Amino acid sequence: MSDEGRTAPPSGPWGAMDCAESIHRLYDYLDGELTDERRRELEAHLDMCAPCVEKYEFEAELRRVIADRCRDRVPSELRRRIASAIDDERLKNKS
Amino acid sequence: MADQERFVDDAMEYMPSLYTAAMRMTHNSADAEDMVQETYLKAYRAYGGFQAGTNLKAWLYRILMNTFINTYRARKRRPEETDVEDVEDLYLYHRLVGSSGSQLGRSAEEEVFSHFTDEAVKTAIESLPETFRMTVLLADVEGFSYKEIAEIMDVPVGTVMSRLHRGRGALQKALHDFGLERGFVEAQPL
Repeated sequence: MSDEGRTAPPSGPWGAMDCAESIHRLYDYLDGELTDERRRELEAHLDMCAPCVEKYEFEAELRRVIADRCRDRVPSELRRRIASAIDDERLKNKS
Repeated sequence: MADQERFVDDAMEYMPSLYTAAMRMTHNSADAEDMVQETYLKAYRAYGGFQAGTNLKAWLYRILMNTFINTYRARKRRPEETDVEDVEDLYLYHRLVGSSGSQLGRSAEEEVFSHFTDEAVKTAIESLPETFRMTVLLADVEGFSYKEIAEIMDVPVGTVMSRLHRGRGALQKALHDFGLERGFVEAQPL
């Protein structure tokens, strides 16, 4: 279905990653959850594999878009209401 | 022990994040506002027991989640769909790049992303069942680690990873369906 494996470097003697594993690790990597060693292995693969880089960049960008478009502005009235409720609570505790 | 007098200074900055999460969970601003207010009050009352210097944002989210589960989810009479269809990795990517493997090109990709409006993204997230929705929100919108999410939702890390995997897949499918509906994504024979 894609060019996975065709242009990627073969597995080396140090257990270098292939494309299948790189994709498998994609989200763990973007989540910052890989061990240092795994991250280095993966980055070594990405240094040499344009197809995988393209997938990574797509997923990273998609995530940025999702986070960015999801934000809501806090209604100013809510801030005031909460600050006021906390104040009431504080005064109640003092009495 | 944290100083209650410092609560406002310490905690108010997280209100936009908490409000966004509340909106995605309740779908409406009235309930979201009530939920955030209740969360802040509970947090203020409990602040003396919070260990200063530890993860305040995660602590607040824990209270928000519990408030949601105890107050809002309990109210709903509609039975909750609890599972999502498992979709393949890179669901959206494969459908935009196409089965022939031809590259979409950076500007075409940006063009598709530009069609994902605020409304589209929010609706897509809100279409996920709650547990998947919350997990994806905590990871992809708020940037919490697996461990933090596990603490906030009181589940093992393995469960977090599984929910993330399925939730993200479901979200990509929802965005793709939106694109098909609006005609800026073409159906691909795969």
